[in-house]
Amino acid sequence: MMAQHEVLSPLPGIFYRRPAPEKPAYKENGDRVAEGDVVGLVEVMKQFTEIHADAGGKIVRFLVENEAPIEPGQAVLLIETA
Amino acid sequence: MFDKLLVANRGEIAVRIIRAAKELGLRTVAVYSDADRDSLAVRMADEAIRIGPPPAAKSYLNIEAIIDAARQSAAQAIHPGYGFLSENARFAEAVETAGLIFVGPRAETIRLMGDKVAARAAAIAADVPIVPGSEAGISKMDDAIAAARRIGFPVMLKASAGGGGRGIRVVHDEAAFAHQFHTAQAEAQAAFGNGALYLERFLRRARHLEVQVLGDGERVVHCFERECSLQRRRQKIWEEAPAPAIDDETRRALCDSAVRLAERSGYRGAGTLEYLYDQETGEFFFIEMNTRIQVEHPVTELVTGIDLVREMIRIAGGERLRLSQPDIRMVGAAIEVRINAEDPDRNFHPAPGRVTAVTWPGGPGVRVDSMLYPGYVVPPYYDSLLAKIIVHAETRNLALSRLRRALDELEITGIATTAALHKRLAGLDEVQAARFDTGFLEQLVNAQAQVARSA
Repeated sequence: MMAQHEVLSPLPGIFYRRPAPEKPAYKENGDRVAEGDVVGLVEVMKQFTEIHADAGGKIVRFLVENEAPIEPGQAVLLIETA
Repeated sequence: MFDKLLVANRGEIAVRIIRAAKELGLRTVAVYSDADRDSLAVRMADEAIRIGPPPAAKSYLNIEAIIDAARQSAAQAIHPGYGFLSENARFAEAVETAGLIFVGPRAETIRLMGDKVAARAAAIAADVPIVPGSEAGISKMDDAIAAARRIGFPVMLKASAGGGGRGIRVVHDEAAFAHQFHTAQAEAQAAFGNGALYLERFLRRARHLEVQVLGDGERVVHCFERECSLQRRRQKIWEEAPAPAIDDETRRALCDSAVRLAERSGYRGAGTLEYLYDQETGEFFFIEMNTRIQVEHPVTELVTGIDLVREMIRIAGGERLRLSQPDIRMVGAAIEVRINAEDPDRNFHPAPGRVTAVTWPGGPGVRVDSMLYPGYVVPPYYDSLLAKIIVHAETRNLALSRLRRALDELEITGIATTAALHKRLAGLDEVQAARFDTGFLEQLVNAQAQVARSA
């Protein structure tokens, strides 16, 4: 049985999957991630904070769309860790 | 004059505009995103129309939704406030194409002043000094040295293709120039794929000054200057009038230059021309014009007695400028501080959330512009400005005492704010003596962070 891990947003705000509008996404569904990799940005009051994966593995899927509002503690993506 | 105004903004400025409109006897329409359903502007306006989800790109920046809201509510004019669409020439055009009035300058003025190169050229044509600089795109050393000599040291080297403060180097004298130029060229090539550099005079101890103007499309008057040097990350947090650093002669030359440039562009509405003031040489240089009402406009309102928002609405309604220059006088001194939802003890980390209680300062010479009320939830999606505390008194020293007293009365609980930073600033010797430049606050904050780290 594979273990699954949710990466949570520490902050409320707008979630972005790419570093800039014209840049590719940090990660796609199915990509491998290492612990500490940047997986997205949260914009809170015009300040940007990176979200890092707090576990390594393979991305099952993103749970939040690009430019969608998020709440603190909301799951942003699902990682298969084992 | 129209009788119904739509406010295409949020926060304290939406409240400010609704107040001015009500005093003019106009009906008001607020627009709101899902995050602002319970805002003070929505509560105060005669009508409120939803324009989209929380992200600004889908609501307050959605031109189509805002014009639809105006049609739906039969508003005849739109006030853009500051930020969002206020300096968007396409929006101004779309408003006029829809048969509505844009409360602001003509689209072509917004476009002219929004283009740095065109704005510099307009300033030169109006005989307004600009920061001495080179033609863009110097690649040869001989040309660069000639330009640096003409501009005068210290000079700043900037990548022509750069932006956002990246790739900037300061060279203090000619001896260091060749080496720095080569290095900056290599860096620009590596970072931007283009090694061309632009040279500009580096102002060591610059102050940020700005001049408020009002125009009716033909005639322009100034409402004197504001001093806004206390900034962090290019965000002003403290503004005052008059500017303590300049004498009457400089003030006259500065304000006259602003009128010349605004009049040349046939300026309509309220606008602000920003300048850098070199304390070492006493020179001032135009940097850019903001073609909208500004956050810090109340400072000017308190020292001149002019309601700038009311005047800009009247002008948009087709009235001629009612003021003539000799009637406009600056009386006493005013200071504004911005209370932001940021935590000064945590590197100004944003602090959205629920405001549990609010006590505003009152008494003589104190004005509060804010959208807060007890129980209001500050959303995380927009800027962090919560309130502006503005004080007015006969002299700058009395205004400072009044500010300290007002900040002691102020109480906002539930979220972190920058109020404590302002209390500290208002008590500092440097601030009391007005001995600061645009780098002062950043240095102060960094020094404090260092002390905190080593403690």
